[in-house]
Amino acid sequence: MSDTISPPSTHVRMGSSRGQPLTRRDGLLKVTGTATFAADNNPQGLVHAVVAVSAIARGRVASLDVTAAKAHPGVIEVITPANRPPLAIDPDQKTGLFGFRFEALQNDRVRYAKQPIALVVAETLEAATEGARLLSPTYEAEAARMGFDDGERYDPPAIGIGAPTNFVRGDIAAGHAAAVHSIKTDYRTPAQYHNAMEPHAIVAEWDGDRLTIDSPNQAIVMSRGLFAGYFGIPAENVFLRSPFLGGGFGSKAIMPGPYILAILAARMLGRPVKLVLPRDQMYGPVGHRGATEQTLRLAMDADGHLTALEHHATAQTSSFDEFIEPAANASHNLYASPAIETRQQAVRVDIGTPGPMRAPGEASGSAALECAIDEAALACGLDSLEFRLRNYAETDPASGKPFSAKALRECYSRGAERFGWAGRPLAPRQMRDKAGHLVGWGMGSALFPAPMFMAEARATLRADGTALVETAGADMGQGAWTALAQIAADGLGLDIEQVEFRSGASDLPDGGVAGGSGHTATAGSALYNAGTDAIAKLAELASSDPDSPLFGSGNAGVEARGGRLYHREDETRSQSYAEILSRAGVATLEGTGKGGRDPAQAEARAMFSHGAVFAEVKVDPDLGQMRVTRLVGAFAAGRIVNPRLATSQLYGGMIWGLSFALHEEAIHDRRSGRPLNADLAGYHIPVHADIPAMDAILVDEDDPYVNGLGIKGVGEIGITGTVGAIANAIWHATGVRAHRFPIRIEDLIA
Amino acid sequence: MNQFEYLRPASVAEAVAAASEPGAAFLAAGTNLLDLMKLGALRPSRLVDVTRLPELSNVEQLDGGGFRIGALVRNADLAREPAFAAAFPSVAEALLSGASAQLRNAASVGGNLMQHTRCAYFQDPASACNRRDPGTGCDALTGENRSHAVLGWSNACIATHPSDFSVPLVALDAVVEIAGPDGRREMALEDLYPLPDAHRAPESGLRPGEMVVSLRLPPEAASFRAHARYLKLRERTSFAFALVSAAAALRIEDGRILQARLALGAVAARPWRARAAEALLFGAVPSAENFGRAADAALADARPSGDNGFKIELARRVIKRVLLLAADGTPERMPALPASAFNLENGAVAHV
Ligand SMILES: Cc1cc2nc3c(=O)[nH]c(=O)nc-3n(C[C@H](O)[C@H](O)[C@H](O)COP(=O)(O)OP(=O)(O)OC[C@H]3O[C@@H](n4cnc5c(N)ncnc54)[C@H](O)[C@@H]3O)c2cc1C
Ligand code: SF4
Repeated sequence: MSDTISPPSTHVRMGSSRGQPLTRRDGLLKVTGTATFAADNNPQGLVHAVVAVSAIARGRVASLDVTAAKAHPGVIEVITPANRPPLAIDPDQKTGLFGFRFEALQNDRVRYAKQPIALVVAETLEAATEGARLLSPTYEAEAARMGFDDGERYDPPAIGIGAPTNFVRGDIAAGHAAAVHSIKTDYRTPAQYHNAMEPHAIVAEWDGDRLTIDSPNQAIVMSRGLFAGYFGIPAENVFLRSPFLGGGFGSKAIMPGPYILAILAARMLGRPVKLVLPRDQMYGPVGHRGATEQTLRLAMDADGHLTALEHHATAQTSSFDEFIEPAANASHNLYASPAIETRQQAVRVDIGTPGPMRAPGEASGSAALECAIDEAALACGLDSLEFRLRNYAETDPASGKPFSAKALRECYSRGAERFGWAGRPLAPRQMRDKAGHLVGWGMGSALFPAPMFMAEARATLRADGTALVETAGADMGQGAWTALAQIAADGLGLDIEQVEFRSGASDLPDGGVAGGSGHTATAGSALYNAGTDAIAKLAELASSDPDSPLFGSGNAGVEARGGRLYHREDETRSQSYAEILSRAGVATLEGTGKGGRDPAQAEARAMFSHGAVFAEVKVDPDLGQMRVTRLVGAFAAGRIVNPRLATSQLYGGMIWGLSFALHEEAIHDRRSGRPLNADLAGYHIPVHADIPAMDAILVDEDDPYVNGLGIKGVGEIGITGTVGAIANAIWHATGVRAHRFPIRIEDLIA
Repeated sequence: MNQFEYLRPASVAEAVAAASEPGAAFLAAGTNLLDLMKLGALRPSRLVDVTRLPELSNVEQLDGGGFRIGALVRNADLAREPAFAAAFPSVAEALLSGASAQLRNAASVGGNLMQHTRCAYFQDPASACNRRDPGTGCDALTGENRSHAVLGWSNACIATHPSDFSVPLVALDAVVEIAGPDGRREMALEDLYPLPDAHRAPESGLRPGEMVVSLRLPPEAASFRAHARYLKLRERTSFAFALVSAAAALRIEDGRILQARLALGAVAARPWRARAAEALLFGAVPSAENFGRAADAALADARPSGDNGFKIELARRVIKRVLLLAADGTPERMPALPASAFNLENGAVAHV
């Protein structure tokens, strides 16, 4: 098979499994508590590791009382920079696009609060915890730099994962000169932490120079190589299992230093080691969404058409590495403007390195952009939906290329209709409910790229006509076990019950990265292609068997369905998979497939999912207490594999957007740099009572170019649009425009 | 978490004796204490588990109309006790507005009253905190203090007391009954929460070894039941501490206020009884204007302790609103979102 995807072969009936709202195949395991998460593994002889973390954000560790820790009953070993065994790769070395610098006790420097400064291993978790406390570190502290004005400001070489820093298209000055209306506005977004329900965890066990790892991971085969590199062993020597993740959101695609320490400890002691990070220790070494400050300048002609769109963002990163939240990029592909300019700067602060967090850049950038669009509409005296329609991009504003498919107009109209947008008063503070609360309506456009990575899969037809399909995919709770199996079953012309789906381990074909909302498209394509490859081989067997009813029909002359091949012209001529295999004397028949974007299509077209989100909020006019009361989203994201799971992903994204708008914020002490709300009591995310009546409309979209299956992603798009929709609704309710997130009561009562 | 001794006394006397050792702490449901121990903010050397003590789990109606509530009664059980909720609806409302259903099912009355401040610096053993470690200073004073005190604070400590339950209780003149090494005594609940002075910020009015055995509501507290409300502003609709809250209780006859009780929550190291405002309302007509005046009086001495000046205006508005709600009358049924601004008069939730 080639590296790229060919359109689906004609012999497979489409949609027998795909498109069905199957419930999660792993649901029973999850609700009965029998799904094995990484930390549930307890191999024979297991010992427990606990990380001791720094209480300062910048400086060096002056002393650690290793003697006291070691004297504690049950403590086996204390690893510090003084006795840490060597690694094959310096943790301060960059190892590629996904390779971040991290702390693995390479020296006594402290670069952020909660940084690992020692690892204590003990027979019990309690002993290790107490051992870590007994280390009683002392420090030579330097003043922490925490704010945008404290740290060094610079022009980063790249933003996000290797994206260009700045972008200009068209003539900005001319755009401003031509303008009749203009706005300039700014928005701040805080540091946010992934806070997946399942903490980062690892169980590591060595057998000679072979390493077995149980750890939640979003990029299993890639990570296997990364792990192997640090220990100087071939990738094949690492066996990484990650059947289930309790959420990842980007934080489990990147190598955290504590994992490396746990593996080192396992090798040092010759015993399996378990390390589970407590919640507060995830506020440092495992990434976060960096805080941003964004400024937008929009210029419009008399009819409300954009003539210039400028989006400048500054994002915080760590003092020693880079992940620049690419917020300004949100303005590249959504609204038509003859001139677009985006610029990004960065500020180095004494905080752990940020990383990709669900819709990195898209979330924070969309928040600011969608509010600015609302302000621009107001400046032009236009309804904000009308304004968006006037600036509808028929082609990609950044590249000028056609879109592979774009059903945003339909998203606007379906969403607006379901919500009841028509007749919304332009001015704020016009609507009240029976109880006297201010009511506001706002909207935002949603946009998310439809990327594909590389993935491989294997499909094996078995003598009884069933099949085994395999790829190292990652189920983060999004439903990969179900959606990918549905696609695989279709590729094989089998019912889903006849397909055994194996995933989540590194000895399987590379399933690629579960990230960027591209996993279903990428791993799904690989699985589908593996299935069609196996079926093609099966058809070959039948076609060349003189006694087969399908003799001479050729690969293209048959159709696979329900475990049988049918002659395309004559339904009465058919043969079961089992029979074909048995007559050919073949026990198993293997097909392989790859998933990836066709480079020619990637070059020719811009590929995105689109959506529109409408929000209703209520605000107490005196008290400033806010509540979102309705959210309606309409999304066009190619072909939907499983409407139940897709809807649940979109709900999840929209709730995340609500959380961004009104709740989430990590607070660090300005002086010490320590996080002050590193737990779920203090770091607010919405509770059920905050989540309104929700609607996620799946707008049909046939995208023939994005990949052979027409699949885009639904994991992240729900956040974009929602944040702005809620902020705009709060403005519409109150007349107050908050220029920071999360919006707080005090913003509304001034 | 440090090593500690764990004791499970069989009687109040044994418990008091066990807790009289320095470094001892009572353990009730542990929903607050254990968290603080895990953080290393509290490091008791001995835990005296009071959860098996007999006779502290009763809600007793006293002759003459008062109530005695054992220190081990669960928050949820008390709020759902029909006779109690009917007599003290604002107390039930405050209880149900606190924490989450799971926590309320576990948390004890004594533990709720004695819970520690949520000041982040108190919880962080690496920060200076006079309340936790006397004499070390107060990192909140120049730190993140948006939710800190605007009344009764000193440079020694600007923390607030987080309990919702205690706010209407202080308004209703509740009393705590205490057992200690020197026998039994009682004190006004308000006095359980000393305000900081210039140098010190004591955690409670209890002496070493003393334990809260019960809470008592005086008979006249029930006379406000027709006009008693609790209102709580918070950052999310549930499972969040108050940013500002207030309890109001009125006795209204012939269109005039015969007696008013008012207390604010989350503005000071103690539930803040607004006696000047109560006095202003004596004999007044229940009106927005009079309630506004009362609110001004209640906040007359307020001043920001940091980035929290907005809390003063917010408190003013909360008082005005809670008085209006109380004047409207206690709802027939517990609102679906207790103490929330998002309730229609009929008690329905705004958007479900
Ligand atoms: C996430 C979260 C959210 C919360 N939200 C709210 C909220 O919105 N509103 C609110 O009011 N509360 C809230 N709480 C706090 C909760 O109400 C308290 O944790 C609970 O009431 C404490 O009761 P407990 O029995 O668990 O006490 P414990 O944790 O056992 O004890 C707490 C303290 O009281 C002492 N103590 C206990 N019993 C006695 C006694 N009889 N005599 C003397 N001292 C005693 C203990 O020594 C300890 O110092 C929240 C808690 C959490 C964790
Ligand atoms: S406000 Fe009080 S509790 Fe908070 S740090 Fe200061 S002294 Fe400690």
